Amino acid sequence: MMDFSTNWPANAASAPNWADWPDARGRFGDFGGRYVAETLMPLVLSLEQAYAEAKADPAFTREMDGFLRDYVGRPSPLYFAERLTAHHGGAQIYFKRDELNHTGAHKINNCLGQILLAKRMGKTRIIAETGAGQHGVASATVAARLGLPCIVYMGAVDVERQKPNVFRMRLLGAEVRPVTAGAATLKDAMNEAMRDWVTNVADTFYCIGTVAGPHPYPMLVRDFQSVIGREARAQILDRVGRLPDVAMACVGGGSNAIGLFHPFLADTQVRLIGVEAAGDGLETDRHAAALTGGSPGVLHGNRTYLLQTQDGQIRDAHSISAGLDYPGVGPEHAWLKEIGRAQYCSATDQEALEAFQLCARLEGILPALEPAHALARVGEIARELGRDGIVLMNLCGRGDKDVFTIADALGEKLA
Amino acid sequence: MSARLAARFAALKAEGRAALVAYLMAGDPDIATSLAVMDAAIRAGADILEIGFPFTDPSADGPSVQRAGERALAAGNGLPAALWIALTLRERHPEIPLILMGYTNPVECLGAEVFAARAAQAGLDGVILVDLPPEEDAPVRLALAERGLAMIRLATPTTDGPRLTRILDGAAGFLYYVAVAGVTGAQAAAPDTAQAALQAIRARTDLPIALGFGVRTPEAAALFAGFADGVVVGSALVDAVGAGPAQTAPDRVGKLVNALADAVRTARLC
Repeated sequence: MMDFSTNWPANAASAPNWADWPDARGRFGDFGGRYVAETLMPLVLSLEQAYAEAKADPAFTREMDGFLRDYVGRPSPLYFAERLTAHHGGAQIYFKRDELNHTGAHKINNCLGQILLAKRMGKTRIIAETGAGQHGVASATVAARLGLPCIVYMGAVDVERQKPNVFRMRLLGAEVRPVTAGAATLKDAMNEAMRDWVTNVADTFYCIGTVAGPHPYPMLVRDFQSVIGREARAQILDRVGRLPDVAMACVGGGSNAIGLFHPFLADTQVRLIGVEAAGDGLETDRHAAALTGGSPGVLHGNRTYLLQTQDGQIRDAHSISAGLDYPGVGPEHAWLKEIGRAQYCSATDQEALEAFQLCARLEGILPALEPAHALARVGEIARELGRDGIVLMNLCGRGDKDVFTIADALGEKLA
Repeated sequence: MSARLAARFAALKAEGRAALVAYLMAGDPDIATSLAVMDAAIRAGADILEIGFPFTDPSADGPSVQRAGERALAAGNGLPAALWIALTLRERHPEIPLILMGYTNPVECLGAEVFAARAAQAGLDGVILVDLPPEEDAPVRLALAERGLAMIRLATPTTDGPRLTRILDGAAGFLYYVAVAGVTGAQAAAPDTAQAALQAIRARTDLPIALGFGVRTPEAAALFAGFADGVVVGSALVDAVGAGPAQTAPDRVGKLVNALADAVRTARLC
């Protein structure tokens, strides 16, 4: 158990101007950057320019806001988890209910932004990678709504363990291409999507699902996901009249966490805590905790913390949650860890399963296995803060997609 | 030393022909076989050798090089094996330019200085890192340059004028022209477009230009050798390694390199 008791920073004068990051080279300190094949460089540079133009165009923001409200269902509610709070006997626990979004997770916030941008850039074909299938479903959904064909790369292992989402994507008109290379999971799906992109440079937009990839993706995805933290910050100020003591979220690639954290970065009294997937335990080889159990390296276009061997080969990640099953993490998280502005800990498969069941019985909410990892750490943080404290947790996805996995883990057979 | 590269390209220019650049994966399927295969490729007429080192996530490679990398990794071979093979080849072949090619992370893992020192010690002449564009290559490029090794830059069908300026600023050894927008070994390159692209690049640089991606057969090699300073063949050779028992892999690769070398040597004669 790590020590969460210190506020950041010890010397407030050292606080960077958060809005300035990433820098012009796409760097968050030593992390981030643009490590892609030369063929893709002109594409990422033009994406950066197109995004800067879109951001400055009120019509783009208006269109985005309209879809977020009427199609996604934003703002998502802020919910006081009263029985869970009573159970843990500590700080008040609030959930940001991003699992109530259309398609059941936070992923659609980003897909909407990127695919609207793709349309604006005149791209006519959307590709995406997916692990659990949530980003694939969200991409397929927005592509359908905006009338663009969508191809989703998904590891063959994930295709097998996430059949309902595969079918959902097909119902939405997307083509799901199973990837058999490597370990046949999320990182391999991402490799295959990059191979598609480098082959179809003229017409294709690569819609990346997390705050990874080459610059400008980590910035782009963060900006589109920051709606979570902006809403939550205003909602909690409105509800309880002050900021939370802790804002916490699960971290795989880290898009829901950065979406929650970013609007709180300048509020240095708010401690930011990310929870990674410890799988069978950090002491084993079977986990997905890049920040707490990895080291810096270069993968999928950016420099960040990775699970890797001594020789720089990427190790396979493991988590019960397919959405956290990734050997890297967004570069901004790597930076926030390094400068100490955010803290990162982990929860095992078993702890996530127990937290899932507790939340289901006490709050009548089936959380996805991803936020169940954050739920697994919320109790001890709440107790440490005491009854006067406030914990804000992003409930970034709903658990319907996970019922088969959970039944399996609990030794029950579903028809 | 990249001086070997300059000498080789100058000699071939005097001969009036292009270089045959052979790419093979280090450690595929094991160190001894891949050493024998590379040795065979040199003896069969490869003018420059690209020694690939495997990476678990080769996002710019097609199925052939992916599988070669998987075979090498399965035998426990990575960047250290590739450096050892380079060193051994250098002892046997003092003149041939040796280029190391792969992805950034194993290099990043060693650190630019340590990597450059080991690359120099292994007798390498240049390095290609496919996911290290000019924006990110300074630490490795400068560490290599200090020891006389070239960081080889790439130009592609998506390279426009301003981008070419960026690529040429700091380019050394030769320029690698990626003839198709795509992964290695997937599609055949189109000679007409490639020739026009090379003409445009030549107007901007004196560096030799080697053309690769999408060249599989002696016929195709001859076609591109008509106008490029070098022709890279990779996936076809790597496929030959995997096409039968390991013991006969050097024969298979030697035969194919022989045919490719003949094609390149006679390309400008007819």
